Amino acid sequence: METITFDLDQHTLREVNQYLHSDAAELNGKTVTVANPNGSHNIAVGLKSDVNVTIQGHAGYYAAGMNQLANVVIEGSAGTGVAENMMSGRVHVKGFASNAAGATANGGLLVIDGDAGLRCGISMKGVNIVVGGSVGSFSAFMAQAGNLVILGDAGEALGDSLYEARIFVRGSIQSLGADCEEKPMDAESRQILVNLLAESGHQDADPDSFTLLGSARKLYNFHVDNAGDY
Amino acid sequence: MSDAPKIPQTEPRYSATFDKNTAAEIRRAAATGIYDIRGAGAKRKLPHFDDLLFLGASISRYPLEGYREKCGTDVILGNRFAKKPIHLKTPVTIAGMSFGALSGPAKEALGRGASAVGTSTTTGDGGMTPEERGQSSILVYQYLPSRYGMNPDDLRKADAIEVVIGQGAKPGGGGMLLGQKISDRVAKMRCLPKGVDQRSACRHPDWTGPDDLEIKIAEIREITDWEKPIYVKVGATRPYFDVALAVKAGADVVVLDGMQGGTAATQEVFIEHVGIPILAAIRPAVQALQDLGMHRKVQLIVSGGIRNGADVAKALALGADAVAIGTAALIALGDNDPHLEAEYNKLGTTAGAYDDWHEGKDPAGITTQDPELMKRVDPVKAGRRLANYLSVLTMEAQVIARACGKSHLHNLEPEDLVALTLEASAMAKVPLAGTNWIPGVTQF
Repeated sequence: METITFDLDQHTLREVNQYLHSDAAELNGKTVTVANPNGSHNIAVGLKSDVNVTIQGHAGYYAAGMNQLANVVIEGSAGTGVAENMMSGRVHVKGFASNAAGATANGGLLVIDGDAGLRCGISMKGVNIVVGGSVGSFSAFMAQAGNLVILGDAGEALGDSLYEARIFVRGSIQSLGADCEEKPMDAESRQILVNLLAESGHQDADPDSFTLLGSARKLYNFHVDNAGDY
Repeated sequence: MSDAPKIPQTEPRYSATFDKNTAAEIRRAAATGIYDIRGAGAKRKLPHFDDLLFLGASISRYPLEGYREKCGTDVILGNRFAKKPIHLKTPVTIAGMSFGALSGPAKEALGRGASAVGTSTTTGDGGMTPEERGQSSILVYQYLPSRYGMNPDDLRKADAIEVVIGQGAKPGGGGMLLGQKISDRVAKMRCLPKGVDQRSACRHPDWTGPDDLEIKIAEIREITDWEKPIYVKVGATRPYFDVALAVKAGADVVVLDGMQGGTAATQEVFIEHVGIPILAAIRPAVQALQDLGMHRKVQLIVSGGIRNGADVAKALALGADAVAIGTAALIALGDNDPHLEAEYNKLGTTAGAYDDWHEGKDPAGITTQDPELMKRVDPVKAGRRLANYLSVLTMEAQVIARACGKSHLHNLEPEDLVALTLEASAMAKVPLAGTNWIPGVTQF
């Protein structure tokens, strides 16, 4: 497999992203390594082909933003909005992720080995997110669709104003947000969890040790008696 | 029979404070326990472009010949950073209005009308529809807090991208599309269950302040390979600072929307009491651009209550590069038309006052997702009416510019204007008519 290396000490970010936006025929199946990222923002954003990208260190804001098809591995930690609005493909953060990881993402798989900051999975629209560690407060705020798996603990107001996304938590939950409630683990949800644990390298985790959360659907249509929850 | 003298009676007197509208709203609130929601922008009387006048040419300045001497109207937007800036034939654009808030045929009509005269339309919350992209030769794609329907394929299809921070009708507020307008198609585009109230966040999910915005804009530029102009839209509140920060964050174009600018639905109290009129916002915005040496380099589009060519000319004379229309465009398509009076009456309102756009029952078929009602919009005919209206706006602005001796609309300047009221004089920073006085700037 052909590997091409861009060293961000030598190349500009524009050169890296422009190359990664080449025709799919040029990129499919290739591996592109980004050396010395040193927290640069917007690395590997807007990818649209089946290319493998390895970022050899820490990435800044919006790494792999709006990803389609590509497989992006961040060997260090990722800044705010990693894989934001991802459509498909896979993004793997081996370190920690900052705020708004996977924000508004529509598809694909985001795997974070460490902890994620505030608002992980905010407004998610179909993405699958697996966090090996814990997530900060307001995670899955207004989450519309998709699955958020948290192997560690969750902060305050988890799943506030939740729509149809599922949240699986193994550890403790500081508090649930408005309209988020515990649900019985049905067979379909359990299978989704088992699959996601396997896909993210957590196949040893016991699916029965997770709690399933979903929307109570009380805020779906405004009623004055629920005004305090808005 | 009594001989007692008749005692004069006082006339029944309504309170100016507790007028009929106010009392009716108190009764409605008491009965329902919920605030009033409606569409459109501020309806109260506000200092506006009507409070300004052009001076025209005289002995000291001479005019251009009406139909012979050229008066340019074109504008280029986004040449600060974008590789592919936008060229418009007229500085009147169509403001962002969503599919969801508006019907598919209404969006198509907007695209047809705008394209016919060489100007742009703008998507809204809910994403880009094929009808809209297909009929709009120049389409601005909004990037909103909810990111409903946002995807990189549409981002690449757009001609420009507008990062929406706020809008004039509700600066600081999110959106609301009530369940009755969430049809199967709208639900699918927004990834929500059918019939559920769609709440749009008031803040972007993955950035907060101006420093983050700079990185966000850089991300969108990287994704689109620096080709497309990036606009930043703000509701008019603190225009000097917001425009300066948008420029600092890397915007190509700033869109400034006054409180008369419409919304699909929000609280009446929000529409009427938050934000400032566009008249008060333009000069501080232009001042910010001038202080940064960026006037005419970062273009300024203003909106909120633009109705005729005089409004266009006045906005440009105060320093804007272009204007956007929303409410006026809907009226041109057929919104609130008197021929539907009987149907408006059935909804408890009257033609010209109908603003319950969130209920999805629009007899004109514009602010609805009802498949039967929306058939009433013929996109070709409605598009033609919009094209006609846009042409009139442009020609009217040219009439005024020529009268002021200007060979391009952009040559209009504040010195061409005077104000009729002290308020307008202070806000627009042009002298009170017949004087040299600008309150806050010069001594009486």
